[in-house]
Amino acid sequence: MSKNISHEVELPWQDQIFESLKAAKIRQIPYVPDAGHARLIQLVHNDPDMMPIVLSTEEEGVAIGCGAWLGGDRSVLLMQSSGVGNCINMLSLVANCHFPFVTLITMRGEWGEFNSWQCPMGKATRKSLELMGITVHRCEHEDDVKPTVDAALYGAFSNDQQIAVLLSQKLIGKKKW
Amino acid sequence: MTVTRAYTLNRRKVVARLLKQRDSKANQDLLIVTGLGSPTYDVHAVGDNDKNFYLWGAMGGASMVGYGLALSRPENRVLVITGDGEQLMGLGGLATIGIRNPANLSIVVLDNGHFGETGMQRSHTHYGVDLVGVARSCGINQTREFSDMKGIENLTQSLFVSEGTSFATIRIKPENHPRSIPTLDGRYLKNRLRETLGFAP
Repeated sequence: MSKNISHEVELPWQDQIFESLKAAKIRQIPYVPDAGHARLIQLVHNDPDMMPIVLSTEEEGVAIGCGAWLGGDRSVLLMQSSGVGNCINMLSLVANCHFPFVTLITMRGEWGEFNSWQCPMGKATRKSLELMGITVHRCEHEDDVKPTVDAALYGAFSNDQQIAVLLSQKLIGKKKW
Repeated sequence: MTVTRAYTLNRRKVVARLLKQRDSKANQDLLIVTGLGSPTYDVHAVGDNDKNFYLWGAMGGASMVGYGLALSRPENRVLVITGDGEQLMGLGGLATIGIRNPANLSIVVLDNGHFGETGMQRSHTHYGVDLVGVARSCGINQTREFSDMKGIENLTQSLFVSEGTSFATIRIKPENHPRSIPTLDGRYLKNRLRETLGFAP
């Protein structure tokens, strides 16, 4: 992997996402846990200015984010690819009202996957989002993560775009069984 | 599972009573989110208001929209008015709300035991599912069940009296009233609520 060597110690990509969320003043962070998001979720829990919200199912987070925006808060939904299917109808709320929307999705079922039950939704993740009108960006390399997340946050909260960032399984690393 | 319950109240009268003092100074902070179908029509029938956000879809999402709104606006009270079918689709959300339990959120379920918009099919509450019990189990401690007009006085007396989120069911008659239809323009509804709170579109 080519990487610019800087004098600063480069943060892990999860920490870079956290910095981006802070810089964009994201406050409500609804999530369904995923191992790939574990570090970010911990960072959010440790930050007194952020409001982590554990969900029982992902579509709750879509609706929470819309309510947050109505009241002037910014929200980003964290989930894994299997949760995207759960969100489909709730995304009509985002579409009908043109709410700004950002979700960061850790991918399963695509690279080095042991659990084949993850594969059908993993394969359908991008198409499902696109069918509901969401713009999809994908990160394969660590260097892609921060600029992509920053671009998604800018697009959503400066001009009401709806954007999903897929964090590939290759980036996250193979789950050890 | 069959439970005989009295579903007698007139939904329009119930909502009118709840919101009777909406325009008073004490209630200027109130924001209302409605669940799709009849609750949207009921609230609109009382009078349109810039501080109403009507859902026309997103079934199961009314309480969660209200929750996100309540967390973002501690200085406002947020009232969710929805139906039994809509809340049943979002039962897990009550568990999510119970964790933070914001005191400025109140959820009122107009419970007629039926899916009124789709041909009056019986819902789970008709067969005995106890929404108040579910809410309580989820950590929402201030729960109430109304089956007559007693106690349904006005917002301040019936709701928002607790230190946490309050949840109430109101047993209403399974009947459809003439629809009172707000705009379907979601973008407009979003922007007008934000504008009244001082935010740019």
